[in-house]
Amino acid sequence: MLRTLRLALAALAILGIPALTSAKDRDVSIGLQAAITSMDPHYHNLSPNNSMMLHVFEPLIKRDANQKLVPGLATSWKALDDLTWEFKLRKNVRFHDGSPFTADDVAFTLKRVPNVPNSPSSFATFTKPIVDVKVVDPHTIVFKTAATHVLLPSDLASVMIISKLHGEKAATEDYNSGKAAIGTGPYKLAEYVPNQRVVLKANYGYWGGEEPWDKVTFKILTNAAARVAALLSGDVQMIETVPTADIAKLSADKKYALVDKVSNRVIYVHLNQRTDTSPPYVTGKDGKPLPKNPLKDARVRKALSISINRQAIADRVMEKRSVPAGQLLPEFFFGTSKKLQPAKYDPEGAKKLLADAGYPGGFALTVHGTNNRYINDDKIAQAIAQFYSRIGIDTKVETMPASVYFSRATKGEFGYMLLGWGTESGEQGSSLRSLLATYDTAKGMGVTNRARYSNPELDALISEAMSTIDDKKREGLIQKAAEIAMNDTALIPIHYEVSTWGTEKGFRYTPRTDQYTLAMGLKPGK
Amino acid sequence: MLAYAIRRLGQSLFVLVLMSFLVFIGVFAIGDPIELLVNPQADEVERIRATAALGLDKTFLEQYWVFLKGAASGDLGKSFVYNVPALSLILQKLPATIELAFVAMVMAIFLGIPLGLVAGLKPDSLVGRGIMAGSILGFSLPTFWVGLVLIMVFSVNLGWLPSNGRGETTLVAGIPVSFLTLDGLAHIAMPAVNLALFKLSLLIRLTRAGTREAVLQDYVKFARAKGLTQGRVIGVHVLKNILIPIVTVIGLELGSVIAFAIVTESIFAWPGTGKLLIDSINQLDRPVIVAYLLVIVTLFIVINFVVDVLYSMLDPRVRLGGAAAAH
Amino acid sequence: MSDPILSAPAGPLAETTPGAKGGVAGPWSRFRADFAESRLALFGLALLVVILLVGLLAPVISPQNPYDLAQLDIMDSKLAPGERSADGSTYWLGTDDQGRDMLSGIFYGLRISLGVGIASTVFALAIGLVFGLVAAYFGGWVDTLVMRIVDIQLSFPSILIALILLAVLGQGVDKIVIALITVQWAYYARTVRASALVERQKEYIEAARVLALGQARIVFRHLLPNCLPPLIVVATVQVAHAIALEATLSFLGLGLPITEPSLGLLISNGFQYLLSGKYWISFYPGIALLLTIMAINLVADQLRDILNPRLRK
Repeated sequence: MLRTLRLALAALAILGIPALTSAKDRDVSIGLQAAITSMDPHYHNLSPNNSMMLHVFEPLIKRDANQKLVPGLATSWKALDDLTWEFKLRKNVRFHDGSPFTADDVAFTLKRVPNVPNSPSSFATFTKPIVDVKVVDPHTIVFKTAATHVLLPSDLASVMIISKLHGEKAATEDYNSGKAAIGTGPYKLAEYVPNQRVVLKANYGYWGGEEPWDKVTFKILTNAAARVAALLSGDVQMIETVPTADIAKLSADKKYALVDKVSNRVIYVHLNQRTDTSPPYVTGKDGKPLPKNPLKDARVRKALSISINRQAIADRVMEKRSVPAGQLLPEFFFGTSKKLQPAKYDPEGAKKLLADAGYPGGFALTVHGTNNRYINDDKIAQAIAQFYSRIGIDTKVETMPASVYFSRATKGEFGYMLLGWGTESGEQGSSLRSLLATYDTAKGMGVTNRARYSNPELDALISEAMSTIDDKKREGLIQKAAEIAMNDTALIPIHYEVSTWGTEKGFRYTPRTDQYTLAMGLKPGK
Repeated sequence: MLAYAIRRLGQSLFVLVLMSFLVFIGVFAIGDPIELLVNPQADEVERIRATAALGLDKTFLEQYWVFLKGAASGDLGKSFVYNVPALSLILQKLPATIELAFVAMVMAIFLGIPLGLVAGLKPDSLVGRGIMAGSILGFSLPTFWVGLVLIMVFSVNLGWLPSNGRGETTLVAGIPVSFLTLDGLAHIAMPAVNLALFKLSLLIRLTRAGTREAVLQDYVKFARAKGLTQGRVIGVHVLKNILIPIVTVIGLELGSVIAFAIVTESIFAWPGTGKLLIDSINQLDRPVIVAYLLVIVTLFIVINFVVDVLYSMLDPRVRLGGAAAAH
Repeated sequence: MSDPILSAPAGPLAETTPGAKGGVAGPWSRFRADFAESRLALFGLALLVVILLVGLLAPVISPQNPYDLAQLDIMDSKLAPGERSADGSTYWLGTDDQGRDMLSGIFYGLRISLGVGIASTVFALAIGLVFGLVAAYFGGWVDTLVMRIVDIQLSFPSILIALILLAVLGQGVDKIVIALITVQWAYYARTVRASALVERQKEYIEAARVLALGQARIVFRHLLPNCLPPLIVVATVQVAHAIALEATLSFLGLGLPITEPSLGLLISNGFQYLLSGKYWISFYPGIALLLTIMAINLVADQLRDILNPRLRK
């Protein structure tokens, strides 16, 4: 029926009668910034992959543009008790080959997730808490967890459901070739060329209604200037991550439209507190090590925070594509506190704090950062250094590619580390636990706490929050934890990145906080 | 000749083994791939699992030994990132790069040598000086800058050429090539020019220098005196005598063009090995880096061999097998 | 083929007799006269002198110290040429994205770029020359060993070498020079060996051997000068190439510290503004780089012609 209609429309178009759509209008190309490393939805837990997978596969629970959980392949879910969750599955959903979707596929998926050979970053993190799966009927499934796991729905939003029929013997290669890449999503995989492109075709029988595009080609355009050039020359209709340098020109040009949205990624600074004496790259002005670690002094940390003019960075370095940050997530996310506003720029106050802490003449430090990981990362590092040199801190800047940087940062080889953190779960508790809880790998606490900041009061609150299933109560606990951490300047939040998408005129993209670029969010029309 | 070839082969194997070892050390020194591969939100259990899955929990020497054993049976390992055999990933991308390199080299040779000859024969004329001045442009501006300016002019402003990617391909002897279709030519034009510029300048200057020397030599004067035509004098006597350094440089440059078209490929999103290499280096995808360099070394060895054979053909005074027999 | 080689001078350059031109005594004045033959070369020389002076005097003549972060203000960033800053000073060539005065940045950048380009080329040339000559002259296993090392070196991508050095040694001008030497020496070694292989067979070397001259003397006083001409061509191009390579490494994030930009780093920083119309951030450093390289090459071309024993009329 649809096909006939489309044929008729195409005929109209040929006759020169204006029609709503024509064949060409239904093809679209999109320029992506990072490579898709696999089409196996359980091979590599990596944002660009996760974003791409959402076209072909679907999770039980989806996230909307603000990362709120919404029904996906499950229509509803609830905790029966502290350890048991029941999920009702959507009926009349079919895989791309026409086979029906049932609870068996979900059970099969959970079995496969931890068993993907050579996976460099597994999705088992999300399924591990589930110790037992019971298929009640084809559209009801029950999960048991060993301990209270409040983030289960959020975790399952990251797990794509695959078909048992096609997945039984399939390996990662079979997903890449398209043989096993049979999901329930709005698009079918047509072609995957590593490091080059992914081509998708519409799934006309999609349960959620038909998409406006017949064919979507994602091109990998890693170089920012090349990406913009591709948009300007009409090779692609949309690009993600418009470089800030080109924002002014593109937004002035009537032929293009820009949309943006504050993201879940905070750019922050970790201050090395592993040692009691001078940490690496922090010295007196004479270059000699300091007897005490100044970064362990909350007054020094506060001085380092309030001497940064965040608004100036947002205006001048980020072309207004960043929002000054006072905590780890923008205010509309779960667990954030309205009391935590970005630190006010106060260089005089900073000088006083430094003097109080026993460094009236300042000291010397090196700002270490990446130069290919976050938006304008090397420029932010330089701007911060400018601000510090004005309060008497001798500041050097050293930036390097992520490949060198992260290994060294994890080993604690830097004193002042500029970093970024995207909160995929969309709630501040998990970020506090990863970044600021006392480093304890056995408990899974502070796993990314490169500064080794430690505060028992904060740890207790985080642990309590993690085992509180009541949302309201838990949110209160997380807010309190965040206030304690930020008032102690446990880390220095700089800003939240604002993601920007650029389209040709005549396209409209619904921007997302998770920085995903989805063809489903791209519609024709103004 | 055969003995020479066999000896070179033995040496080459040694080079390959040494090379792979150096790359192992190098990548090891840069950083830990797990830092880049594992999702930052993952816990310690997951990190340990991933480290083991990729074989990175073994000691450095054990890892190298595993690699050597695999390599002996033709298996260079699987990409950490893509989970496909590193070699097949590279071979998939190699035709695009070789094609780009050849088109660029052909441009450089067929423009560079004639222009260099003209500049060398008439060094003081306006044309000669113009050619020399122009050649300076070719190597004084960074490739990435020239590349973007080309895109700005020809794709964005004029809209004549596509800004990125490779065009439609046709199969020739089972290998996909794009320079036989109009679409393919439109795509390859700018990256090839971008890549050729530096080589072109170098060839112009080398040819000019060689020509200027050659025309003053007695045998050329003699040939002229004999009344040979200008064309024959240049084509046979001059050209033949300036070819040795030019062949060396072409050999070197062809290798480097194939191997390291990194910048050009990333600016034009050309789906070749250069782009693969830089992405692999950025992600510390060691199997791909190692396999890539082994492929490249093999390629270099072949090119060098061909160049050495060419020497002996161009100049009988150069004997193959190095100078072993000379003492 | 009648052997033309006999006419090639056998001795090192200094031993050649002064030419008849001008009849002035002493090789230096003859050299000057030869050089002045080309007005273009003189122009190049003048330009080069100016550039070197600017580079040397950068701290004195620059309106601002672009490497002192306390003097920069991001509120003055991306000002167009001729615009005034908040405190009233005028930026004649505009400012970059950190509020760095482009004019001062170019003066200081010239210094670094020239230093990096020349230092790395000279060292790489010296190393390559020794290895190439030794390989060609001695042949046998020495040749094999050297050439296989060269093979390995040439097939190592410069970006990988730079990344390894960055990880091991850290960032800095000296590290970049080391990286550039590592990348380039093998190139010279191969080029030198190629010419030396030809020269070695020639009669003047035979003659030197017959005279039982020391091997070092034969290699460096006889072989070397005759292998130099093609090498000088490559080397002058390579100074430029080294500067451009440094720019490329900076472009890839592996170059100099971003707070102390070279010309190449200025260009690569400005690169991202090229499509947005803020041309000055990479255009003016580009012009400065172009002029520098042109001057070097104009002078080098003439030098090469003068020094080439085979171009003597």
